[in-house]
Amino acid sequence: MARRNSILFPALAAVAVMLFLFDLTVGSTTIGIRDVWAALTGGDCDTAMRDIVLKIRLTKAVTAVLAGAALSASGLQMQTLFRNPLAGPYVLGVSSGASLGVALFLLGAPLFGVGMSPLMQMIGTAGAAWIGAGVILLMVMALSRRIKDIMVILILGMMIGSAIGAVVEILQYLSSESALKSFVIWTMGSLGDITASQLRLVAPITVIGLIISFALIKPLNLLLLGENYARTMGLDIVRSRRLIFVSTTLLAGTITAFCGPIGFIGLAVPHLARMIFASADHRTLMPASMLAGVIVMLACDIISKALTLPVNTITALMGIPIVIFVVVRNRSIV
Amino acid sequence: MIELDNITLGYGSRRLIADVTASFERGTLTALLGRNGAGKSTLLRAMAALGRVESGRITVDGRDVATMSPEQRARSVAFVTTDKVRIANLTCEDVVSLGRAPYTNWIGRMQEIDRRIVADALEQVGMSGFARKTMDAMSDGECQRIMIARALAQQTPVILLDEPTAFLDLPTRHEVCALLQRLAHDDGKTIVFSTHDLDIAMSRCDNIALIDSPDLILMPTEEMRRSGHIERLFGIGR
Repeated sequence: MARRNSILFPALAAVAVMLFLFDLTVGSTTIGIRDVWAALTGGDCDTAMRDIVLKIRLTKAVTAVLAGAALSASGLQMQTLFRNPLAGPYVLGVSSGASLGVALFLLGAPLFGVGMSPLMQMIGTAGAAWIGAGVILLMVMALSRRIKDIMVILILGMMIGSAIGAVVEILQYLSSESALKSFVIWTMGSLGDITASQLRLVAPITVIGLIISFALIKPLNLLLLGENYARTMGLDIVRSRRLIFVSTTLLAGTITAFCGPIGFIGLAVPHLARMIFASADHRTLMPASMLAGVIVMLACDIISKALTLPVNTITALMGIPIVIFVVVRNRSIV
Repeated sequence: MIELDNITLGYGSRRLIADVTASFERGTLTALLGRNGAGKSTLLRAMAALGRVESGRITVDGRDVATMSPEQRARSVAFVTTDKVRIANLTCEDVVSLGRAPYTNWIGRMQEIDRRIVADALEQVGMSGFARKTMDAMSDGECQRIMIARALAQQTPVILLDEPTAFLDLPTRHEVCALLQRLAHDDGKTIVFSTHDLDIAMSRCDNIALIDSPDLILMPTEEMRRSGHIERLFGIGR
């Protein structure tokens, strides 16, 4: 096992670095890898190209890295906590909750005639997404304590998601044109709209969420055997649930707030990590999911840029086959 | 030694047992008997501090389980529940290693001593050959042994088991009980397990604890056999 990991981790890390550099070359104008390298290292390179690479594409690629790691880590936590192989921030409605928060903020604030500076708008969007994600996650956690059937939890998550979708549509219907426009652009789910100043908020918060994920490795391993066993083996269940809640809300909420709803990464990538590493141990799975999430997200970003399509359509197309595979195989994975 | 000190357990308004005081001694194997719904699982869960006690105290070697830290508790009482654990990619060794959780660091790093304890635990339940196998392709009896090995790795003075012989065939049931008997007598563990299997309880256990709501009758097996409580409660021989 240790040997397998010592080969796979460096290999995947190399793939991630290559995709990251490749991602910087792809866009409306193709920039050669040599120019990208020169721009990154401060070498000899055209000023316009340097600006494109450093000011636009680097921000976008870093966002892809953060989004991939964050969504995968939160998906893994949810799958283990709910002991449900089909759990994930998108499927259980947590991303929808964040959407509702953002919709209420972006569409609701103008209704009350509240004007906003860009900074206010950024912090408000993030805060609204956290609250929305947190409320839905609390609801799902409360429901899962009463209902043990994983399929029921899943259906409830989807119903919550659909209900929120309907509410968001009503809000859109009632909104002014300018507020609507900023919201519709947000729902497209794009890694590209994030600005460097937004990244200064997104990056540290995502990193905090990821650090908490690492602190949760041992509790998550104990939770593999279910809550009863975990508690008799010394797990502080209240503390662990709180940490999972905070981490998942920060990770899924922040990414949803600034990139829009990105589906299926959180659900599919942990399974990919399980298949590649043939492990159930979170000491392997947590970093493996983050790394695989980075790779998948960068790949999706490259494809979406090449085809000029929204990134969440690509993540859905790539993620859904994995989900179908998991359902069809019909085995207990978590 | 695990002691019940004046405990009362119930669901909502329903009293299962009331004001019960009993003591399970070191090195003894006790079968917990009772009709369906009498509260066997509820009592075991309370003893493992998984469930609530309405009143009274449960102590292990004199210390109240309710006031222990989660880790202290995990070093005092191990519990084998009825939950099925069949996780893809999780080997038997991984499962037993989780029993070391109360002793390992924040990330669960296994030291040499931990690895030896895990190997010993697997050996004791006769499952050394299964260390690298995953549990999704094993029989119920084999899985039960692994969960017992996990409890042994916790190195607790007390082990509780909820229906460890359910779903097992007759020879396997006897094997599991012989294992529990050996652990109690040779290693000085206090073992309490619930069961519906009167024969096994009578032939293998030192003591019988019988839930006769709202009382708990705890006696050496011979004495229990002569007392007539079992015939009365289970309606045998009428």
